[in-house]
Amino acid sequence: MFQERFVRGHGGKKIPIPYYPIDQVGADERAQFFTKRSIKKESKINALYTIISMIDLTTLEGADTPGKVKQMCAKARFPVPRGVYQDIANHPKAKALPSVAAVCVYPSMVPHAAEALEGTDIQVASVATAFPSGQLPIDLKVADVERAVEFGATEIDMVINRGAFLSGDYQTVFDEIIQIKEACGDAHLKVILETGELVTYDRVHFASQLSMLAGADFIKTSTGKVQPAATLPVTLVMLNAIKDYYKHTGVKVGMKPAGGIRTAKQAIAYLCMVNEVLGSDWLTPDLFRFGASTLLNDVLKQIYKQVTGRYYYDKIFSLD
Amino acid sequence: MSAKEQPVIKTIKLFINGEFPRTESGRSFAVPIHGSEHIYANLCQASRKDLRAAVEAAKEGLKSWSGKTAFNRAQILYRMAEMLEGKKQEAGQILEDVQGLSKKDAEVEVTTAIQVLLYYAGFADKFSQVMASVNPVSGPFHNFTTPEPVGVVGFLADTGFSFWQWMDRLAAILCSGNSVVAVIGAPGAALISLIGEVMATSDVPKGVVNILSGDINELFTPMASHMEVQSICYWGEDQTKISQLHEQATENMKRVVYKYKPQSLESITAFTEFKTIWHPVGV
Repeated sequence: MFQERFVRGHGGKKIPIPYYPIDQVGADERAQFFTKRSIKKESKINALYTIISMIDLTTLEGADTPGKVKQMCAKARFPVPRGVYQDIANHPKAKALPSVAAVCVYPSMVPHAAEALEGTDIQVASVATAFPSGQLPIDLKVADVERAVEFGATEIDMVINRGAFLSGDYQTVFDEIIQIKEACGDAHLKVILETGELVTYDRVHFASQLSMLAGADFIKTSTGKVQPAATLPVTLVMLNAIKDYYKHTGVKVGMKPAGGIRTAKQAIAYLCMVNEVLGSDWLTPDLFRFGASTLLNDVLKQIYKQVTGRYYYDKIFSLD
Repeated sequence: MSAKEQPVIKTIKLFINGEFPRTESGRSFAVPIHGSEHIYANLCQASRKDLRAAVEAAKEGLKSWSGKTAFNRAQILYRMAEMLEGKKQEAGQILEDVQGLSKKDAEVEVTTAIQVLLYYAGFADKFSQVMASVNPVSGPFHNFTTPEPVGVVGFLADTGFSFWQWMDRLAAILCSGNSVVAVIGAPGAALISLIGEVMATSDVPKGVVNILSGDINELFTPMASHMEVQSICYWGEDQTKISQLHEQATENMKRVVYKYKPQSLESITAFTEFKTIWHPVGV
């Protein structure tokens, strides 16, 4: 069952990558387990505030405009307008509302985001490398990344070459990630596996290892354009890969599930999972992110519910 | 196989989003057979989380229901009457069992409930013409006012139950295009499955009608304070609750309706907002 595959690294050095089957039923069962945790009261409030600080607030639409990106950046800074949050800010259960971790946009929108977020700690993440398909020659992918960084992106979300990966050409996938990593410079690199297209957990696990060996700072499940996007079991498989990688190299790689995480309840299940697989070290925006847009409003809704006792609805905060 | 027949008794559950789920809380309460120690049925005792789920369903249901033409809403209300007609005997029997009504009285209750549905079916595409107006204004504007559905309506039945009066309020709420989350306590709650079946087979989109059986006192505050509920129809006499309702309704300016006139135009407009439009002319 156990096979060893390899890629050639710097100077033609052979780098072995173990490829072994993942117990799909086991992973699904185990992941299901995290949805049944009962996180209540104070722990819940803490989790909700933590989730906000881990969100990569995302808009990746053809219809994105500078105006929309600016509006989203304003929301990223103050998820609830400060004057409005004053209503509950002094309540004993409420805390200072954090900003989100980053905004995630297309390269052409990066200048607008960078301008709107100047002087804040919020990162500007840009998808690049012919997102979401990744079907462009490598030189254009590199140019895509370089331009995004030049525009002010501090994080790059790249997609792997799934065509190469699925046809067994792991070397190309590996080399591309290395080239993109170089093009990133100081910007953090998140590698999107697009697990929905990889289909099996074996491949997801293998692709995770491949990406980390090539220098990924984060591994990310999906573009959000392919179904299924992030699921608990697929994230579990990736977290285990991160754990193994940390054990062998001492390097902490981050995780970003993206796509399909819409409710606070789902997000809390992810936090439980990260905590139990990787430990509390990973419960920080530096090592764990949610790629999401509607999640933020649901989390705010739950915070308001916890604090005021009233049921709120998400559109009360903003329309998207 | 033995020839002896095994009776199959209907499990009475909640009605949320076009489905018949059990309460997430796993609780139940007993509805006794009237004047007896025996139990008619054990019903789901809905929790505030069921209420939350119902309101979310109603919010979605509102989109399709309020977007339908008034004529189509009329057809569907009429269809409800048709479906209830088919369940006349079953409904009558439940009322006899749990409310202790005589066969005749129970029949009157159900027949009246059907008539009530017809009444509002008739009004659905007419009340707007009666209530809307073209307003004379001083200026180059065409100014007109029309009634619009208010939104998600919470319907709390906190009184002795009368089937037709309950149906009257439900139909009045639905007539203008609102969606509804209704809470019924014992003994009326025994009808919840039957009403759900009528709704589910009458082409009313899922989520438009949601019915919970449970304790009004428990669900009162979550309903009254819910920010997504735009109006509350309170059917009861409890003055403390009425003043609490007014208090809790202020946060999102809910309309509180507790005075009610059955089979009337006022009952429809109680659950509408009036929208006035200023349209420039001559420019």
